[in-house]
Amino acid sequence: MSAMPTITYNFGYLDEQTKRMIRRAILKAIAIPGYQVPFASREMPMPYGWGTGGVQVTAAILGPDDILKVIDQGSDDTTNAVAIRSFFAATAGVRTTTRTKEATIIQTRHRVPETKLGPEQILVYQVPIPEPLRFLEPRETETRTLHALADYGLMHVKLYEDIARHGHIATTYAYPVMVAGRYVTDPSPIPKFDNPKLDDCPALQLFGAGREQRIYAIPPHTRVVSLDFEDHPFRVQRFDRPCALCGAEDVYLDEVILDDRGGRMFVCSDTDHCDQRRAAGHAGTMAPQGAPKGTSKP
Amino acid sequence: MNPNDMSADDVGANDMSADEPPLLSARGLTKYYGARAGCLDVDLDVYPGEVLAIVGESGSGKSTLLALLATELAPSAGTVGYRMAGDALTDLATLPEADRRRLLRTEWGFVRQNAEQGLRMAVSAGGNVGERLMAIGWRNYGAIRAEAGDWLGRVEIADDRIDDDPRGFSGGMRQRLQIARNLVTRPRLVFMDEPTGGLDVSVQARLLDLIRSLVADLGAAVIIVTHDLAVARLLSHRIMVMRHGRVIETGLTDQVLDDPREPYTQLLVASVLAA
Repeated sequence: MSAMPTITYNFGYLDEQTKRMIRRAILKAIAIPGYQVPFASREMPMPYGWGTGGVQVTAAILGPDDILKVIDQGSDDTTNAVAIRSFFAATAGVRTTTRTKEATIIQTRHRVPETKLGPEQILVYQVPIPEPLRFLEPRETETRTLHALADYGLMHVKLYEDIARHGHIATTYAYPVMVAGRYVTDPSPIPKFDNPKLDDCPALQLFGAGREQRIYAIPPHTRVVSLDFEDHPFRVQRFDRPCALCGAEDVYLDEVILDDRGGRMFVCSDTDHCDQRRAAGHAGTMAPQGAPKGTSKP
Repeated sequence: MNPNDMSADDVGANDMSADEPPLLSARGLTKYYGARAGCLDVDLDVYPGEVLAIVGESGSGKSTLLALLATELAPSAGTVGYRMAGDALTDLATLPEADRRRLLRTEWGFVRQNAEQGLRMAVSAGGNVGERLMAIGWRNYGAIRAEAGDWLGRVEIADDRIDDDPRGFSGGMRQRLQIARNLVTRPRLVFMDEPTGGLDVSVQARLLDLIRSLVADLGAAVIIVTHDLAVARLLSHRIMVMRHGRVIETGLTDQVLDDPREPYTQLLVASVLAA
């Protein structure tokens, strides 16, 4: 009996024909900013909802010289991020990193890194539901027509309802944007805090929805406007305290429950950003004294 | 039986200048559902500001005709022309989809028999009325809300119901909300399909009164489909009687109802209690 042969994967798991198909969809998406391009999404060795769309986009654009970073809710060390990072380390043998600045491709779920991205970088979003009109209009044929005719009154009805019911626009994530003055687009479930980062971003932004079989893109330096009313302009949420570990203000914070007596702390959701700041000597109110750089996280 | 023959009398009755060309004009309109005919060879003209009633028994083709006129159905034969503001008569079949939709949410309105079909039931009353405004580019919440509130007042819905959704409204209120939602953009032509169907008699009377005064204020033309001759008599200037998909009689409302010529119309009029 001979031993089982070790499994060898094609570079980046997907076969070359599939990658070509996905690249064609990506090119079309870049040519029509914000337009949802259908593509023949493949079964991936992970369940839907875990980033099958993002993984396919990453696999299609990944080269041997790329350095990959994967984040999930801003964090490099949660299950989804670790699993996808090791998936590409195993199937493509590419270098991986947790440093935003080092990475050439960043696959993300639910956040945009705090560190400003550069023109040599590509941000790949994992998207659960690419259709911003889905919960207003259930028919796919109708939403396609609405996009084709730029008939977006319905989207404002939703915002109107928010204000009528809550006194302000209560949508805080997956906040709809208008891309290049033409297509209303779902920015994926990022907090609306991150919406301004999409506008005029020097990096290419690609969005992959595996289950829904759609790819769309925001090319570098594209105008991205969050929808609003003249008298209820778009605003991002503010935090009334800085990060407890690195003291950063104007970043998106996660609330961490510390005990069952109401103890809690607010820390950067972007773990790399927090580590970099602490390494540079910044400290928040709950930072360990004389902390070695980038280690202790609660 | 050319409705053009009636136009002089009609516009006279309606206090319009006799030279004004028709707003909507249909010629040879025919619709087959397979081998069966929905409506056959209908010609009609609607002039600015007039109310035209289409009456007939169930299955006579009046709803089919309305759907053809509103371009919700494609005709098997014939054409529908519409004169846009300051424009010549345009064949609606040649109109691009984008223009047709813009027409539907600006210059036209469609009040349906079932308010559930004409309203967004999960959206507040204010949102329902404001939707058309937002669709034509209004982006000021305060202005949209003020306009919606104004229209709710016009259809006698109390101020404090503006944030309630129509699932909590009575049938009559839903129908009034639907009318406000359609009239908010001050349409030039409104289609109504049995707007008082399913309402009790006193509510019907109030609704008819409301429709009549709003339509007169706006100067909108109305094509109203009804099986109820009393509704036709109250609202319309001109009437068309349909049977088996064909128009069998047309004329001024009081003329046709008081002195019907066709045997079928005579039967129809005679079968109504004290119409």
